Amino acid sequence: MSQIVDRRIGEVVEASTTMFVVQCHELYNAPDLGSLVRIGDVETVYGIVAEVSTQSLDPGRRAIVMGREEESVEAVYEQNPQLARLLSTEFHAIVVAHRRDDQVNQFIAPVPPRIHDIAYTCDGSELLSVFPSLELLPTLLSSPIGSPDDITAAFLRKLTLEHSNPEKILIEAGRELAYHLSNQFTRLNGILRRISS
Amino acid sequence: MITEPNGESTPHRLGMVVSGSLSDGVQVKLDPDASIEQVKVGTFVTLKGKQMRFFGVVTDISLDSSDPMLTTSPPDISNPYITQVLSGTTAFGKITVEPMLTISGDDPELLLDGPQPAKTIPAHFAEAATATEDDIQIVFGAEDERHFWIGSPLDMETKICIDIPELVTRSNGIFGKSGTGKTFLTRLLLAGILQSGAAVNLVFDMQSEYGWKGYSESGSEVKGLKQLFHSQIAVFSLDEESSKRRGLTPDYVVRIGYDEVEPDDIQLLRETLDLSEVAADAAYSLERHFGTSWLREFLSLSGRENIFELAESIGVNGNALSRLNNRLQRLKRYQFMDKSGQGSVEQILRYLDRGMHVVLEFGRYGSNLAAYILVANLLTRRIYQRYMERKELASGDNSQEPRPLVITIEEAHKFLTPGVASQTIFGTIAREMRKYNVTLLIVDQRPSGIDDEVMSQLGTKITCLLDSERDIDAVLTGASGSRKLRSVLSRLESKQQSLVFGHAVPMPIVVKTRDYGSPESYKSLGWKDAAELKAQVERDVTDLFGPTEE
Repeated sequence: MSQIVDRRIGEVVEASTTMFVVQCHELYNAPDLGSLVRIGDVETVYGIVAEVSTQSLDPGRRAIVMGREEESVEAVYEQNPQLARLLSTEFHAIVVAHRRDDQVNQFIAPVPPRIHDIAYTCDGSELLSVFPSLELLPTLLSSPIGSPDDITAAFLRKLTLEHSNPEKILIEAGRELAYHLSNQFTRLNGILRRISS
Repeated sequence: MITEPNGESTPHRLGMVVSGSLSDGVQVKLDPDASIEQVKVGTFVTLKGKQMRFFGVVTDISLDSSDPMLTTSPPDISNPYITQVLSGTTAFGKITVEPMLTISGDDPELLLDGPQPAKTIPAHFAEAATATEDDIQIVFGAEDERHFWIGSPLDMETKICIDIPELVTRSNGIFGKSGTGKTFLTRLLLAGILQSGAAVNLVFDMQSEYGWKGYSESGSEVKGLKQLFHSQIAVFSLDEESSKRRGLTPDYVVRIGYDEVEPDDIQLLRETLDLSEVAADAAYSLERHFGTSWLREFLSLSGRENIFELAESIGVNGNALSRLNNRLQRLKRYQFMDKSGQGSVEQILRYLDRGMHVVLEFGRYGSNLAAYILVANLLTRRIYQRYMERKELASGDNSQEPRPLVITIEEAHKFLTPGVASQTIFGTIAREMRKYNVTLLIVDQRPSGIDDEVMSQLGTKITCLLDSERDIDAVLTGASGSRKLRSVLSRLESKQQSLVFGHAVPMPIVVKTRDYGSPESYKSLGWKDAAELKAQVERDVTDLFGPTEE
C-alpha cells in the first residue's frame, strides 16, 4: 500500500476520452515529459505526459517578480511560504491505453477518468507490461498537445532504458517510427536525432 | 547468393512482394536485415504465394526511398543509429524477380510433370527467399541417369543438370567466340550423352581434339573421350599418320571413293572452292553424262581441248567446266580419296549400331575446310539415308528402330548458311528434328552465319560469350524474354560461363561450366586410373573364378 501511496502524484482535474489534466499534489512534482501515468487502481487509464505547466491557481492572478532582494530562487520560496498554496503544477497527458478485466488495450478507454481520480506514476516493469509493442506511436506523433516529436522521443528514450536489450529495442522503435513517418523524412530524421542524442 | 560456407544453402528471407506484373516481373522490397549487396542479378529466388511456390530469378536491383526528400537532403550518416534505422525502412532496396516456374502447389500438373512455366504471379506480400539446393534440384533435377551435371549456378556449389534424353530429341547448338570454352562444353555434353545412353554420337572432329586428347587454352593436355571411355569410343581417322603421331591407333581409317561424291557435295563447296554457280551446276550435267563415276572420269580428263569438247557435248559453258575441273583437281591431293572407298559408311554404321560412339578425326585435313565440308556432308548424307530407310522399315516397331544418333559438326555456318542450308543434309536434319532419329549438335562461333530457320529449330542452345550484336541476335532468335537474356549474355565472363536455354532446361540459366581437365573431373565422369583398373580386374577375376588359393 505504501508503495502505491508513494507513487501518488496528483488528481485528475480535467478529463476527456483522449486526454486528461492532473494537478500535482506538490508544486513542481510532475513526472517527466514522455512518462507513463496511470489513473485508477482496477479499471485504469494510461496516459503519456505531453505537457507540464506551473501557474497561479487563480487564473485572474498572475505571479509577480519577488526575487529582487533574494540571492537564489530557493530563498524566494523560503521567504514566501504562501507560494506553495498560490501556485500549482499540472500536466496534460494523452490517453494511450487502458486496462479492462486485466487486459491492457493500446487504445483509448471507452469512458474518460473521473475528476479527482488519483494519478500514479508507473515503474519500469509496468511500462514494459503496458507496451509490449509500439502501437501507441501514431497517437503520440499526432498529439494535439505539446510538441509531439519531443514527446515521442522522450517516451522512446524512457522505454529503451527499461529494456533488457536497449540497442535492439531502439532499432526496432526507430524502424517503427520510419514506418509511420515514411513520407516525412525530415521529421523522422529530427526524432531519431533526439532519441540518439 | 547467400550461401553457407559449406555450400549448403538455407532459405534466407529477402523481403516481400509489393508490386509487379507477369511481363515485367515482381518487385520485392528487401527487408531491413537483407543486404542488397549480397543479392546479385541472376540469383535464384523462391516466392511463396498462397497456393503455390514460384521459382524465379533476380533480373534487376534498385535503390528506392519512401520520401523523395531523402534523395535531395540525405541524412547525417555520421550517426550510426540513424543510418541503421533508415536503411531498409525509409531508404530501401528493391529487387525485380521474374517468376519463371511454379515448383509446388495445388496444380495437379505440378505433381505429374514437375515444375511448370509460371502463368501467374504471387499475390502482394508473398515472401521472397533465396532458393535452396533442394529448390534447384526440383527445377533442374538431381544428377542421375537422365540428368547430366553440366555446371553450377554462379556463386553456388549446387549442381545444375541438363535432361539428356530430352536434349537429344532435337538439334542443339553450342555457340561462343573462340577461346570461350565451346570445345570443353562440347566434350562434356558428348560425355553426358554417352553416359546416359540416350543416343550414339558421331563427331566430325575437325581439330582432332575430342578423340584421344585435346589442349586447354593454357596449353596443357586434356583427355579426349577415348581415354575416358575406352571401349565405348571408336576413333576413325582420315589421316592415319597424324593419329599415330599423337599416340593413337585409329579403329578405322576412312576412305572416300570418288564415286561417292555427288553434285550436291560440290554445291556446298562452292564458296570454299570459289566456284561460280554455273561451274558448280555443271557437276549435275557431268553426272547425267557419266553416271556415278562422273568425278573420276572428269578428273582423268586433261587438256583444255578435251574439256571444251566435253562442255560442248553436254551443253555447258566451256570456261565454267574448265574452272570446275581445275578446282576439283585439288581433291586428288587428298589421300583419303581413292577409287573404291566403299565401306566407310557401313563401318561407321556398324559401330553406331553396337552402341559405340564414333569420333572422326581429320588430322591434317582439319585445316582444310573443303575436305571437312566434303567428308562431313558426304558421310552424313549417306548415314542419314540409311537411317531413313531403316526407320521406315521399322514402321513403328520400336525395337527395330535405329539408335538415336547425334551428329556433332564444327564450323557449322559453313554448312548452314542461308544460301545452302536448304540444300545440305545438315539443313534437312535440323529442320526435320528427330523424325528419323538423327539430330545435330552444332558447334559454331558465328551463329549469325547460320540460316534463321535452322537456328529457330534448335531445341537447346548453350552459348558462351558473344561479342557481335548480330551473333547475339541470331542466338536469341525465337527465345522468350530475349531482351533480358541479351543483357545476361553480354555480361558473361569470357571463360567457363555459359547461358543455357531451351528445350532441355526448364528455364534459362547461366552456369559456371563443370570442370574438365583435372584428375578429379575425370573421376567424376567415371574414369579409373591404372591402380583402380587393376583392382577392378582382380575383383572381376575373383568373382569369376573364386578366390585364388595360397
